[in-house]
Amino acid sequence: MVLPIRRRRINPRWNITETLAGYIFMMPTILVLGCFVILPIVYAVFLSLHKVQLLGGIDYDFIGFRNFTRLVEDERVGIALRNTAEYVAIVVPSQTILALLLAVTLNSGIRGKNSWRILFFLPTVTSSAVLTLIFMWIYNTDGLLNHVLAFVGLPTYNWLGDPAVALKGIMIMNIWSTAPFYMVIYLAALQDIPQKVYEAAELDGANWWQKFIYITIPLLQPVTFFVVAIGIIGTFQLFDQSYIFSGGTGGPNNATLTMVLLIYQAVFRNLQMGYAAAIAFLLAVIIIVVTLIQQRIFGNQKT
Amino acid sequence: MTNISRLPWLKALLYIVLTLYAIITLIPFLWALSASFKPLPEIISGELNFFPQHFTLDNYRQIFVQEQLFWRWFFNSVFIALSVTLLNLLFNSMAGYALARLSFVGKRFWFFLILALLAVPTQITLIPTFLILKAIGWLNSYQGMIVPGMVNATFIFMMRQFFVNFPQELEEAGQLDGLNTLGIFRHIVLPLAKPALAAQAVFVFMSSWNNFLLPIVILFDPEMFTLPLGLNSFKGQYISYWNYIMAASMMFTLPALGIYAFFNRYFIQGATFTGGKG
Repeated sequence: MVLPIRRRRINPRWNITETLAGYIFMMPTILVLGCFVILPIVYAVFLSLHKVQLLGGIDYDFIGFRNFTRLVEDERVGIALRNTAEYVAIVVPSQTILALLLAVTLNSGIRGKNSWRILFFLPTVTSSAVLTLIFMWIYNTDGLLNHVLAFVGLPTYNWLGDPAVALKGIMIMNIWSTAPFYMVIYLAALQDIPQKVYEAAELDGANWWQKFIYITIPLLQPVTFFVVAIGIIGTFQLFDQSYIFSGGTGGPNNATLTMVLLIYQAVFRNLQMGYAAAIAFLLAVIIIVVTLIQQRIFGNQKT
Repeated sequence: MTNISRLPWLKALLYIVLTLYAIITLIPFLWALSASFKPLPEIISGELNFFPQHFTLDNYRQIFVQEQLFWRWFFNSVFIALSVTLLNLLFNSMAGYALARLSFVGKRFWFFLILALLAVPTQITLIPTFLILKAIGWLNSYQGMIVPGMVNATFIFMMRQFFVNFPQELEEAGQLDGLNTLGIFRHIVLPLAKPALAAQAVFVFMSSWNNFLLPIVILFDPEMFTLPLGLNSFKGQYISYWNYIMAASMMFTLPALGIYAFFNRYFIQGATFTGGKG
């Protein structure tokens, strides 16, 4: 018997009560997103094409793309870009690999898995302001880290004052504080891998290393894509740590100057709203492009 | 992945690695905690004492008694984070519910608009938001900190997914009992959404509590500072008084740790479906 296929009934009249209820439910969202996301996006485009005078009332001079051409000539933009790029290039792979290793270790039938996980997650829930202050103190010339380095016979550094290592100090801190977050994501994904896959591989004589390389890593690829994408977006937005580290200057000698810190300085030190909006657009474009490239590399591969 | 019980040496190695990592995780916190009980001379003497030689509560006394603004910062942080959290829970689930269950004119438009907004980087909206808040006189105010953040596209989307997979029978039963949409939402839907709401609550609270960029942009009066800003200004004021700074850091961290310990399960759940911190 052939069952007649019933098409979903299309409502002949708009249900007024339900539409009203829908809009009552949506109203806070529409108002807030409208005023503080959509309007700002339009406003940002407008700002980036203007020179903004903030004295007394606000005054806008249309200057076309001059804010954008100025980006090319501004050497601090180049420095901030290089610092940010270096930061992303080192921190994202490091925290991803560390997170994966921690997750695999925790998932290998260890006792007290949840207790370890809770403990490791601690830095991730702690405020970046607190972490930065604690690390600044540990990084002091006669601080804990240098004592440990000296004790094991390694060279010590002026972590806060030496332009060559200041950014490295922030990198170490952030790998340490963010890796546990991705560890948790990896842990959830590892638990979804069916045990049978490993058992089959064991029957074929695979050792733990082969299982890791040929089963775990490929099966985790979608998660790795997610972790790297979120990692890139997060690291490109580095601000709190370098602001607190350098007292807002980006020093020593611009070593900790990042793109978001530059935007902040353009707004509040130099009162150049239009130029700041242009830097924000540059940063947004870079994040989007890098994420798309990342998607090409990770996302499309078939496992 | 591997049943390590058959490989005792590997098992031992893994425990060593985990223990070492646990030490690396804990040392900065313990070191800071210990310093918060040390008098300044002991800290700058350069001796590495994990336990204070001259245990003192003076640092905490200094924060609470001398630094009167600390309580104010504490209150500001709690008030803002709680308000933002409660409003987010209410508004995100209302919007999520409407997008999942109600049929209304323009629903598809709003759904795709909210999806699109997920992709907009925060830097773009920061400066215009500052200028908008300035124009309406909300700089340096609680409403300036609360209103722009009281809905969140990510969690609206999350709540929508949750409600789409929600069994419809209970709502229909509510309808038969004569409840209207608001009543169904209030008495049936919200109570059953507790796990999703708890995960969201912890996440929103934590990100508001720890937020640095938004307050530093829109708050300028020390009276209005939240704890992260207060702490930063504290550092400027007591530039080498690491004893005070560490005591303040500890006082700032404890409430967050309490919430983390209490809601740990939801927090970890939440961690698997939302983004990282900036």
